[in-house]
Amino acid sequence: MEAPSPEQLQGYMKQYHDWVGGIAAQNKFSGGTGLSTEGKVLKPNNVITDGPYAEIKETIAGFIVIKAKDFDEAVSLAKDCPMLLGEGNIVEVRKITGVHNND
Amino acid sequence: MGILFMETDELIPHLFRTEYRKIVSVLCRRFGFDQMEIAEDIASDTFMTATQAWGVKGVPQNPTAWLYNVAKNKAKNHLQRGSVFESKVAPEIKKTSSEFQGAEIDLSPQNINDSQLQMMFAICQPIISAEAQIGLSLRILCGFGIEEIADAFLTNKETINKRLFRAKEKLREEKIKIELPNETEIDERLTPVLITIYLLFNEGYYSVSQNNTVRKDLCLEAMRLCTMLIENKNTNKPQVNALLALMYFHASRFDARLDKNGELVLYEDQDPNLWNADLISKGGYFLNCAASGNKLSKYHLEAGIAYWNTQKADTKEKWESILQFYNRLLQIAYSPIAALNRTYALSKANTKQEAIAEAEKLNLTCNHFYFMLLGELYTGIDNEKAISNFKTAFSLAKTQADKRAIQKKIDKL
Repeated sequence: MEAPSPEQLQGYMKQYHDWVGGIAAQNKFSGGTGLSTEGKVLKPNNVITDGPYAEIKETIAGFIVIKAKDFDEAVSLAKDCPMLLGEGNIVEVRKITGVHNND
Repeated sequence: MGILFMETDELIPHLFRTEYRKIVSVLCRRFGFDQMEIAEDIASDTFMTATQAWGVKGVPQNPTAWLYNVAKNKAKNHLQRGSVFESKVAPEIKKTSSEFQGAEIDLSPQNINDSQLQMMFAICQPIISAEAQIGLSLRILCGFGIEEIADAFLTNKETINKRLFRAKEKLREEKIKIELPNETEIDERLTPVLITIYLLFNEGYYSVSQNNTVRKDLCLEAMRLCTMLIENKNTNKPQVNALLALMYFHASRFDARLDKNGELVLYEDQDPNLWNADLISKGGYFLNCAASGNKLSKYHLEAGIAYWNTQKADTKEKWESILQFYNRLLQIAYSPIAALNRTYALSKANTKQEAIAEAEKLNLTCNHFYFMLLGELYTGIDNEKAISNFKTAFSLAKTQADKRAIQKKIDKL
């Protein structure tokens, strides 16, 4: 795949910021950030490799935590994510669970 | 004699405004919150004495030094009375009458400055309500009279007196110390101080009070307090510079916002020639100073927006910048007004259609600004919808000024 031009990149960023801004304008943003492509992979027995993409095709570009009243609302907010304009990209929606929060 | 009285009449209120707060801060710091009222009484008494003495003998050569001397003497008398009383009631404390020697009151510029900064941190505590913080700041840090504070809050003297009394009680109960926070906690402790300064500014800028002079004074006082933080190296932080920049940018439009009859002039109708270029460039200077460190505060973002609002030309760059500032601002500090303004910027940077779709998700149907925004967005696209939204806005608007502004929009369509 060809690397995007700086102008294209800027356009993607704008779409992304506008999408997050729209969620924040509904007071439904609660956190999240983009992730750099640099990283390390840790495996058992103290194995550390550069990565994380040496062996797998999928990378995580970032995450966003939103406040939605139910799963349907979360999915409908995620539908507008501009990442989905890119062929092969996916957005995954998960509910946050934690030891303090069982519902 | 007559002229002399007139001079004194003007001089004393002026000195009260500039010197009362200094004397109170120094005395409060010396006495502690336990005797805050006494500090205030001594400062007030000092001005009472000045009014009487200057009326008869004329104004002294150095009125400020005169005031400081009288305040010092009154404070010394108070401390001595206190220590005599203590030595009678509790003779064993007699050895602590070192207070007697320590009765010297330090009214040097350095100590005045330090005391005022320390009082700022002592008063701006989330344990008392925001209104009380502003009220106490106005009284103790800005030397406002109770009547002026009541006027700023559109209430009566009694309410303000009660509010301030309760706030002082609370500060005493919580044993709040009058001191500068240490370096490691400065950022955290600055947060409520900056909030209070910003609220103080907004109280002046957006207040419904008709008294324009008082309102302007509130804005200037907020800027003065912020400047004091910048002048001290421990509190000269990026977010403080950003807040001052923001206030300078806003203040540049203070005079353009009101017409001859004191009616509010909307941003789009303002004459940019009335915007104060000097204040705008000061804002730019402090925004530059704010551009250090790695933390982006809400004041940085709001100052960025305010900067672009000082640029009247409707460029693509302007609205795209404003939109992105709002996108980020909403992520760290949501407010309905920011959400509405962001949607307006979206219509300018992207398209009206996109903004309408986003506006409909906002769920702010109790807010007349929401319907004003929709009316604005539909104008030129579907004028009937625009009118019906403006009409809803009209029925929800609370002030006559807002209703008049909305009616003008309807009439135009």
